[in-house]
Amino acid sequence: MSSLFRGHRFAWAGLACLLLFVMAALLAPWIAPYDPLRQVIAERLQGPSTTHWLGTDQFGRDIFSRVLYGGRISLGIALLSVLLGLIVGGLLGLGAGYSGRLDGPIMRAMDVLLSFPAVLLAIMVVTILRPGVLTVIIAVGVRSIPAFARMVRGAVLVVRSLPYAEAAAAIGASHLRTITRTIVPNSLPPVLVFSTLQVANNILLAAILSYLGLGIQPPGAEWGLMVSQGRGWLRDAPHVAMMPGLAIFAVVLAVNMVGDGLRDRLDVKLKESGA
Amino acid sequence: MLGYVARRLRATVFVLVGVSVLVFVMVRLIPGDPALILAGVDASREQAAEVRRGLGLDQPIWIQYARYVGRALEGDLGKSIHSRRPVWREIRDRFPATLELTMVSLALAGVIGVVVGVVSAVRRGSAIDSIAMIGSLAGVSMPIFLLGVLLIWLFSLYLGLLPTGGSPPCLFCVEHVRHLVLPSITLAGVSVGMVARLTRSTMLEVVHEEFVRTARAKGLAERIVIYKHALRNAMIPVVTYMGLQFGVLLGGAVVTEQIFSWPGMGRMLVEAIESRDYPVIQGAILFMASVFVAINLLVDLLYGWLDPRISYE
Repeated sequence: MSSLFRGHRFAWAGLACLLLFVMAALLAPWIAPYDPLRQVIAERLQGPSTTHWLGTDQFGRDIFSRVLYGGRISLGIALLSVLLGLIVGGLLGLGAGYSGRLDGPIMRAMDVLLSFPAVLLAIMVVTILRPGVLTVIIAVGVRSIPAFARMVRGAVLVVRSLPYAEAAAAIGASHLRTITRTIVPNSLPPVLVFSTLQVANNILLAAILSYLGLGIQPPGAEWGLMVSQGRGWLRDAPHVAMMPGLAIFAVVLAVNMVGDGLRDRLDVKLKESGA
Repeated sequence: MLGYVARRLRATVFVLVGVSVLVFVMVRLIPGDPALILAGVDASREQAAEVRRGLGLDQPIWIQYARYVGRALEGDLGKSIHSRRPVWREIRDRFPATLELTMVSLALAGVIGVVVGVVSAVRRGSAIDSIAMIGSLAGVSMPIFLLGVLLIWLFSLYLGLLPTGGSPPCLFCVEHVRHLVLPSITLAGVSVGMVARLTRSTMLEVVHEEFVRTARAKGLAERIVIYKHALRNAMIPVVTYMGLQFGVLLGGAVVTEQIFSWPGMGRMLVEAIESRDYPVIQGAILFMASVFVAINLLVDLLYGWLDPRISYE
């Protein structure tokens, strides 16, 4: 591990910051000073103080506690949605790369998914399903599927043409063995780097859905939702919108710094894609 | 080249068919009976059956799809449940505002991104380079709505210089520009970091090419080498990327319009979802996805024209 980010102070700083957020999210029930849903109207819209570190919102809820709990939602959704994209996209990519018959239909279907801007694709899923955490995970994860499928398919095609894959086939290795022993380990570096960057994008996309009122519903402590609710109090209490917004920014920045470091370290070339 | 254009067109038609199927299926999957929604909750069974027949919902699904595509090709996307106006008219009213916002943002992101990228590449390793690259990374990590909220807070509420949002009151006036400033900066913020990073890395690649060494060797001024020889060649991937960013910004416009109450299609879409106005949702998504597909096609063809070295196999 110590050689992983050698010479990349940025990546280390990002990793430290990310770990801090993960710990905070995991330990939220123990370290949060207040119940994130508890409303104390008498204490509404207070600025940061020693009793409320990040102040209180329009219902007198403690913003620091809500930001801590919000981390569970945002990080959880991001990880699970990337996992969803990785598993579904990975299997499709394996199928396409391995079977000439499946290649065309699978990749054309991926082209169709890619022809929607990410926000629109997520909105479509949200329109069909009931609002909730699972819906947001699916809505955000669908966008990752075609990219992972393309990447894994590409890796399969490259690996299949390499001498050691031919050698594996020549000594009579089964398909399953070729996949698990040669193709998966060899497509791992780009998939790992891409997954990291995808976590960052998915945190942003999930927050956008909630900001639009299409993701996590009130009174949930989701960062994007908190910003959109705080938007109305910008004049008198800007911290209500800023604090959760800055939390998103910090955690996405941290993930991107780790992703950049991994990319340099593993020497992976990726096409950059926007949110 | 002609063969490539034909292949690319065929692929595009296929993608558009896929998009229309997906949008069609999406609306079928929405819970609830569209006939009941159209007829109103208090409609009798006969009235609902009547509406169902009128919509062709009693036909087999593939006939429904064929009719839907046939009508869509004629520009008939149905009527809004809310306003009772044809959906294409709603789109026609709202799309120009989205297009304006997107184009201005794209231009902003392009100019700033390229300048920052070139300066960083030319002064690689300097303090300017570090600051620019940290800034780009921060830009890429910034949630678009946080940027919007920060700008509103600073320029509208704190400094009182610009409006917090809303529709521009007139077409050609200072007020129009004042309303456009914050939304377009917000939307451009999504892309500017990406453009800067891409410009920097392609510039760094190009600078090591032989033709740049040749240009230097024959004694050209460094300025001409960089801006005429290197930059021109580095621009090819950047221009392509900018084209693709147009579609990304179209998606980002949905959020930006919501933040600033900008009267575009994105806001129309979110409003339609809130009021469960399915014909508008369907029409808006189909339209925006088609524009996205068309732009991607255009960019691909342009790329082939810009860079004749690319082979199309």
